[in-house]
Amino acid sequence: MKNLTIFQKGFLDVLPLTIPVVPFGIIYGVIGTEMGFTPLMTFVMSFIIFAGSSQIAFAQLFFTGASPWVIISSVAAINSRHLLYGAVLSQHLSKLNLQWRILLSYLMTDQAFSVSSIYLKKNKNKFNCHFHLLGSGFTLWFLWQLSTLIGIFLGNIVPEQLGLTFTIPLTFLALIVSELRKIDHLIVILVSGTCSLIIYNFPYKIYIIVSSFVALTISYFFINHFKKNI
Amino acid sequence: MVWLWILIAGIVTFLTRFSMIALINPKKLNNNTKKVLTYVPSAVFPAIIFPAVFLDKQGLFLSINHPQILAFFIAIIVGYFLKNIILTILSGLISYWMFIFWLS
Repeated sequence: MKNLTIFQKGFLDVLPLTIPVVPFGIIYGVIGTEMGFTPLMTFVMSFIIFAGSSQIAFAQLFFTGASPWVIISSVAAINSRHLLYGAVLSQHLSKLNLQWRILLSYLMTDQAFSVSSIYLKKNKNKFNCHFHLLGSGFTLWFLWQLSTLIGIFLGNIVPEQLGLTFTIPLTFLALIVSELRKIDHLIVILVSGTCSLIIYNFPYKIYIIVSSFVALTISYFFINHFKKNI
Repeated sequence: MVWLWILIAGIVTFLTRFSMIALINPKKLNNNTKKVLTYVPSAVFPAIIFPAVFLDKQGLFLSINHPQILAFFIAIIVGYFLKNIILTILSGLISYWMFIFWLS
């Protein structure tokens, strides 16, 4: 198959998963500007970081006065799931040169991973199968930049009284809502949330990183004692 | 200074994406680590969600009938049954506005 055909397949495969991405990007654009970032800064963050939940957490922590290192480690904690994606994808991308691997790493997101890892597994013998990840990744990237711009534009219009910063917890809730039915995940969620309330007033806004660590320790316990299959 | 921290956050994010792909031998992550990583969203996001819903700007608990808390529970119920990202956010936001309107 031609490179372009595979690229288009990546585009088409990821398209249904982009439906929540656009409002998410708009929310980020609105919140970024409402919290006090300049429009340019809000946009450049989408370009440099290119990870929605990290960007929103960054903005929120920054304007509640968290220390920079706490912000960075919270961003690292949120993004640590990428290690898992990378470990799965690396076997299919090992023959590519460094430039390709840098580009595809930059474009790797939850959505691109979930469609392209399936394609790469099925088509590992195709020498150009990585164009699928380029297609899905670029589609996501383009829509993310576009929706950020729309959000920045709307952020300058919508009044602050609408309380749109409340969309921050709602957005993060929406991202884990499918885990609520799993008892092990539910316990991890409640442990993390309760812990964050108890230690919220600890210095440097360290609550996110500490609560995450406590909750991940609990999940490690689950894995070792119940030998759950995922 | 903000620019510097945005740049560092960007580099850190990139490294989480790139490090495993850059490795020659990707089998480095053992199975337990992989399984723990699947819990990352459930472990990290509630620490952002809970304080933003239940605490005020000074870190004090809001009363249980605060519009924000009521709307949060509606969003949970909607999300639980419909498993839809957009509807979860919208139901929470719209009921938040409605509670503010009713309770004021």
